[in-house]
Parts: sequence; C-alpha cells; structure tokens
Amino acid sequence: MVLAPGDEEETAEAILAANAEGRPLKISGSGSKANLGRPSIGEELSLRALSGVALYEPEELVLTAGAGTPVDEIEALLASRNQHLAFEPIDYGPLLGSQAGRGTVGGLVAVNASGPRRIKAGAARDHLLGFRCVAGRGEIVKSGGRVMKNVTGYDLSKLVTGSFGTLAALTQVTLKVLPKPETERTLLLIGVEESIGLSALRKVSGAPLEASALALSPKGAAPLRLDKNAAAIRLEGPEISVAQRLVDLRDLLKPFGGALEILDVVRSTALWRGLRDAGPVAELKGQVWRVSVAPSDGFAVVSALRERGTPILGHFYDWAGGLVWLCVQSAADAHASALRSVVDRFGGHATLIRAEADVRAAVDVFHPQPPTLAGLSKRVKESFDPAHILERGRLRAEF
Amino acid sequence: MPLLMPSPEPEILARRDELLARLSKILPEQNIIADETARRAYECDAFTMYRALPLVVALPDTVPQVQAIMAVARELNVKVVPRGGGTSLSGGSMPLEDGILLGMSKFNRILEIDYENRCARVQPGVQNLAISRAVEHAGFYYAPDPSSQIACSIGGNVAENAGGVHCLKYGLTTNNILGLEVVLMGGEIVRLGGKHLDSEMYDLLGLMTGSEGLLGVVTEITVRILRKPPVARGLLLGFASVEDGARCVGAIIARGIVPGGMEMMDNATVRAVERFQPCGYPIDAAAIVIVELDGTPAEVDHLVGVVEEIARAEGATTAKVSGSEAERLQFWAGRKNAFPAVSCIGPDYLCMDGTIPRKRLPEVLMGMDELATKHGLRVANVFHAGDGNLHPLILYDASKEGDSERAENLGADILRLCVAVGGVLTGEHGVGVEKRDLMGEMFNESDLAQQMRVKCAFDPSGRLNPGKMFPELHRCAELGMMHVVGGALPFPDLPRF
Ligand SMILES: Cc1cc2nc3c(=O)[nH]c(=O)nc-3n(C[C@H](O)[C@H](O)[C@H](O)COP(=O)(O)OP(=O)(O)OC[C@H]3O[C@@H](n4cnc5c(N)ncnc54)[C@H](O)[C@@H]3O)c2cc1C
Repeated sequence: MVLAPGDEEETAEAILAANAEGRPLKISGSGSKANLGRPSIGEELSLRALSGVALYEPEELVLTAGAGTPVDEIEALLASRNQHLAFEPIDYGPLLGSQAGRGTVGGLVAVNASGPRRIKAGAARDHLLGFRCVAGRGEIVKSGGRVMKNVTGYDLSKLVTGSFGTLAALTQVTLKVLPKPETERTLLLIGVEESIGLSALRKVSGAPLEASALALSPKGAAPLRLDKNAAAIRLEGPEISVAQRLVDLRDLLKPFGGALEILDVVRSTALWRGLRDAGPVAELKGQVWRVSVAPSDGFAVVSALRERGTPILGHFYDWAGGLVWLCVQSAADAHASALRSVVDRFGGHATLIRAEADVRAAVDVFHPQPPTLAGLSKRVKESFDPAHILERGRLRAEF
Repeated sequence: MPLLMPSPEPEILARRDELLARLSKILPEQNIIADETARRAYECDAFTMYRALPLVVALPDTVPQVQAIMAVARELNVKVVPRGGGTSLSGGSMPLEDGILLGMSKFNRILEIDYENRCARVQPGVQNLAISRAVEHAGFYYAPDPSSQIACSIGGNVAENAGGVHCLKYGLTTNNILGLEVVLMGGEIVRLGGKHLDSEMYDLLGLMTGSEGLLGVVTEITVRILRKPPVARGLLLGFASVEDGARCVGAIIARGIVPGGMEMMDNATVRAVERFQPCGYPIDAAAIVIVELDGTPAEVDHLVGVVEEIARAEGATTAKVSGSEAERLQFWAGRKNAFPAVSCIGPDYLCMDGTIPRKRLPEVLMGMDELATKHGLRVANVFHAGDGNLHPLILYDASKEGDSERAENLGADILRLCVAVGGVLTGEHGVGVEKRDLMGEMFNESDLAQQMRVKCAFDPSGRLNPGKMFPELHRCAELGMMHVVGGALPFPDLPRF
C-alpha cells in the first residue's frame, strides 16, 4: 500500500504514526530515483500530491514549490522568464533506466543534484534557501527563508540537501534561481591525450575566462562520438563577451596541440545536456560509479584503476577532471574495494550510482567514513529521526 | 530587556586553579592568560554592549593542544568559547565568566597554496585579507570580502558564514570553502571535505559553516581561490528617492545582470561619509547606489552601457562611470568607510543586519523611520542592495542614561519588521547573543528544538559556546525525549538563563 498524504499536515500525521510504531517509510516523489542509493525498506510515502509552485518572483530570484512539483514544470516556468536553475541538475532518469524528465524538485534536493556548471555555480546545496519538512518524530520543521542571505540559526538546508530522505520528508523547498546566460558556445580541443586534455582544462579553469563547464570526452563516447578524445570548454554570457573570450581561449589552447572546433548554441546545448546526464556511461551495460576528487587527481584515479586491472568499460571527466564517471563490468562487489582504495589514496569519494539492487545492498554505495565521522553522522541522523524510520538503510546499512 | 547570560557556575569557578594547572601541562606559560588585567582585553568582541571577563584565555598553536584543551574542558565540565579576530558584531565570541576563551589567533599560517586545483589550505587564525594577498601575485583572490577583512579571521568567517560586497556574484563563505578540520568538544577530530566537491554523506561542512562556534573548533580550512577578472568598473548612481534607487537595483537584476557588487547608502550615511573623508558622493541624493561590473573588457563595457541606460530610465540624478582604477576605488572608499564615518556622528552605533525581499525596501525604510522616531533615535542605512541585506546603523550615545537600551529596543523592532515582510533576523553577522532572544520571531519551538538537537549531536555536554544563538538552554536528554506538538513545547517554563 502507498501512503499518499494530501498536504503537509497529513504527511506529519503519517510520519507521527509510523514513528510511534517504529514502522519504516520510503519517501517518494515520482519514483525516478528509486534505484539510487542503497535499497531502503518500508511502506511507500508518496509526496506527489505536495505539488505546485507557491511563489515565483523573478526579480527577487526566488521560487518556492511543493516538494512533489515536477522539475520539468519548474524549468519551463523559469524559462518563460529567461531564468533557470543555475546548478544544472542532472536528470537521473536515462542513467537509471527510466524515462527522462520525471523527477520532482524534492528529489532533486534530496540527492544534491548538480551538473557541469557545478564548478562555477554550485550544486543544489548552494541554491536551497529554505525548506519545510516533517522530521522523523512527525514534527513539522522549517529552516532558512526566502532571501538570498541568511545566517539565522544553523544552515539545515545544507544538511537536508543530499540526505536522501533519511533526515526528513521535505514538503516545500525555496530555491534561488538565476538569469539564463544570453548565449553559449563550446570549444572542442580534439585529438589530445587524456592527460594533456585535462591539463588544458585546468589551465582554462585558472584563466580569467569564466568557463562554465570543462569536460573531457574520450574517443567514441556519446554524445560526441568522435574518433578522438575531445576536451570541451563552455563559455556563457552576453554575445560580445563570449566572442571575445573565445578568441582568448584559442590563444590559451595553442600550446596543447590538437584541432579546435566551435560548437554553436544548438550543438553546445545538446552536448552539455548529454554530459550532464552522464550520457557517455549511461548507454553502456555495466555498473556506474561517480567519483569526486581534486581536479588534478581525476586522471591518476583512472590510471591507477587500469593498473590494478579494474575492467573499465567507459568513462569521462567533468569539472576539469574533478568528477570522474566510470562504467565497470558488472561484479558482485562492483569493484568497490578497488575503487575505494584508489580514491582514498588521493582524497575524495566514490559513489555507486547504478547497480543491481542486491549489489547496492551488499556494498557501501556511499563512501565509507572514518569511525569518528561515521559516529557523528549517525548522531546527526538520530537528531532528526531517532527511530530510524525514514529511508531505513538508504545511506548506510546501520540506519 | 537586558540580556541575560547563563549564570556562572560556582563549582566551575571554584575549580579555576585546577583548570589552570591542567592547562599549564598543555600550553607554554605565555600562551595562558590568567592575569585579570590582561584578560580584560578579551572581555568583548565588536558587539561591545555586553562584556564578561573570561575565566582564562588559552592561546594554543597546535592542533593537539586544541584537542587536549577540549578534552580537559569536557573532563572538568568547563565551558569553551572559541574566538578568532574578535570582530563579531553579534557577540558570538563574547566570553563567559566560567568558560575558557579559546583564542585561535596563533593559528596564522597559510599551509599550502594549490593553484592547480585553485584552493589553499589555511589555519583558522589567518586574516581574511591575507589569503587574497598571498595569491594576488598569481592573479588570484579569495572572494568573500567582509568589510572587516583586515581584522577578521577565516575561522571566524566560517563560523559566521561571512559575506561581503562581492558575495552577490561570487557567493558567501559557505560557497567558497571545500574542506574543514574540526575538533569536537572532548577532543575528537573530524575532517570534512578536502580539495574535492560535495560530500560523501551529510553535508557537515555546510552545517559547520555559520554554526557560530557552537558545534566544534575549526582548526584548518581549505578555501577556493578564484582568478581575478581582467577588469572591473564601477558606476556611482544618485537618486532623488530611496524608492527610485531600489527600483533601479531591481531593474538591473531583472535584466539578467548579476553585478560583482551592488551597494546602496541613504542620505544620512552619504553625508557622514562625505564629512569623514570626501569621495565625491552627491550629498543631496536621497540614496546612492554603487554598481561594480567585472569580466572581460568587452563584456564590462557593454554592461556598463546597459546599467547606465537602466539607471537613467529609473530616474538617476547622478550617473558616473569610473574612468580609471583609482576612480573605481574612490567610489568604494566611501562605502568602506561607512561604519567609521557614522560612528563619528553617533557617537556610538549599533549595526543591524536583517535581510528582506528587495522589493519591500521602500516600505521597510519608511517603517524604520517611524520606529526611529518612536524610540527617539536616528538611523543611517547601508545596504548590500543586490541581495536585500540591510545594515541600519542605530546612532546612540552610550554615556547617556537609557540610550543603550533604547537602541537595543529599536534594533529589535527593526528586525521584527524585517521578519514581518518575509525577511530574516540576520544576513551575515550571526545570531550570537545579540539576536538570540529574537529567534522566536522567526522560528517556533519545533524549529528551534530541531536545531538544538543538531547541536546535541555534536556537543551533548552543551559546553561549547553556550548562551549564544538559542533563547533557552535545554539539556540534550530532555530534547531527545520531548515531542513538540503544534509548534509549542510541553515545558513552557524551562529555565531561560
Ligand atoms: C567594522 C566591521 C565590519 C564588518 N563587516 C562585515 C561584513 O561586511 N560581512 C560580514 O559577514 N561580517 C562583517 N563583520 C562581522 C565580523 O567581522 C564577521 O562576523 C567575521 O566573520 C568574524 O570573524 P572573527 O575572526 O573576528 O571572529 P570572532 O568575532 O572572533 O568570532 C565570531 C564567531 O566565530 C566563532 N569562532 C571564531 N573562530 C573559530 C574557530 N576557529 N572555530 C570555531 N568557531 C570559531 C566564535 O566563537 C564566534 O561565535 C564586520 C565587523 C566589523 C567590526
């Protein structure tokens, strides 16, 4: 049976009752990310009915919506006023084998979604101004506000963002929205070794060019499907500014060799949409990992895995090398120990994004933490949800 | 109503000698300030209305020393108040008579600069400006630039989630740090983040930022550094009414432009500034707005044109564009001098820090005028206009009987007004002790109970910086058991200090 409260009050009642009986609940929006994270147990609590934009003030750069509001609906509304969610949230649908465009805004916050523009504009965490929720005790709690700058009390927005519903059921979120750039262009540097392409990207990110995305697509990878590696650099802004920066960018890239090609707005948009949604690995058959490290370590992580003989079927780099997406040949342990031991050598974390449910139940989907930090995280969890009823098992086996 | 702090616990005061003896096993003698006269130097931060003499000041310079002090504090059940540069305007680092004041000023080293990954690892006592200074030769800077940047520490910035004039475009402290090392009450150490982005679990890095020294002591910070834009140009705009100025700010943003900075000052501030150190502001203008645009030369020239056009359309009476770097800096000089300039007409001032939805500015200003008249005081206004963060400066004379109290009451009324129009109590200065008793204006008991439970997850003893942020002291055991029904607590008469 699915519990489907019609509003925040009913959500609170449902959680209050579940808490009293120690009955676990799985929180869902549209269910588009049901296969992300460890499999949780319990009755489904659907927040789908908590839908609709409650406030949108373009001049104030703010939007408030029920947690169940479809992201598509929000993006269309923003686009009508030339605005957008600047953190360019990934649509997990295609990668996880469901339809595109089904996610809800609550889910987007719950997984701290981001995209190629993360390096410049931040992730969902940097755009959540405030929220309302029902915590594990069944209490309605609000935090933050609707203004751009606010340090009143702890920044609980950061805590609930990326918590996968394990702290509270979000009922309403308030996001910072931003003007859409006037135009965009992407410059491809084609035919360079991966390591050279990545150092070109780091060079660009340290130059005053305001690149809004820096990725490296290995040869053959979707959606480019070139027969050579390509480093992709996106410039956004007013036409006149993009044109000038393209000139500067060409100069900067000269020493790296390779051919240069400019993608117009249409092709540029399509490329980054594909990369945002992890296109190069989504289409392959295998388990998918997402690794966040310092930009200069991305290549070293992949090399070290290759040296160990980890069967990598496909990969690409975003965030100037700081984000590595990997597709590996399916295995019962998803090669977790190889990945973790390599990533731990450099510092960072590896998350298992796509794998069969039994694999996600057996291995740590989220990067293990040292004991002190793990203990602290557990206490934080229990400060919201002492009986472990919300999304039990989703983040960690122990809660 | 005067502010109440938790009353000093006699059993702790009685154990002062024992505490000093224990500290002297951890720290060299010169790092312990026990002498009363020397301790006086620490009796307040930049929120000077309330003072207290700390039990002892400890100035560690290694992380193991911090851990050992925190372990002793837990063992002896002594309170700890972390302190950075002591520039908090909300009393965040105000000492407690029965607490150790943990001064972090000796942690003043930049440990690593990593241009390749555009970050730097620094100790918490490093001055905000020192980070930009250390990387400027390579064309980089650290973006959050509080006006206090020559005096405040990066550790204090993390604790307060400090902002600055460039935060509109480049974000606050929380958007510009990648990693933290934190010592918890009791001495345990945790590392959050690093040189990579985002967290593997709960975003405790984000939570620590802005936690006002109540959750842990920050002992190392990894900050992002940004490449300096090739050019920046300023516009100085004057308006015949504050409404016109506010409308212009809204129109710029509505046009899709996010300036590097956008600041506004009212006539009272403009006059004070021009008297203090003339910098060419139009003293007849009801309000001035300074807009800074940065980026590549072509882009900046283009945007300067657009903003000028918007300003004229919104009725600007003055519109000057900086023709040189010197002129741009001159536009900013007055803004940077605003606080000292106002204190010359004060003679004292209390700096408020509410944030409001920008479009409510005209009515809030009007309301503020009425409130000032009611309390018989004057207010000068400085705003981070782009993000709606107001700094009303309440002028008073501390030597005049009752003036301080009037100023506090007016401040509280102004903040209530901010909340009433959909805003918040504090945009960047923190709650501290100053706004502690107003938390109920924004949050109900369930909201506050949840925040206090988070505090308990970090510091079950409640000994780290108590008396700040929360209007009531609850024991963690109570919070764990209590259920808040309909936003109200079952124990309405719990002790309030
Ligand atoms: C003239 C003036 C102008 C200002 N302008 C601005 C501005 O533009 N923007 C802005 O945001 N603020 C501004 N401020 C406020 C203040 O400078 C900031 O809040 C600053 O971040 C405080 O840093 P600090 O090192 O002085 O911290 P302190 O005052 O020493 O402490 C502040 C808080 O941080 C905690 N703390 C300090 N160090 C640590 C640590 N290592 N670990 C854990 N907790 C710690 C303390 O316990 C306290 O709660 C201004 C202040 C003044 C006096």
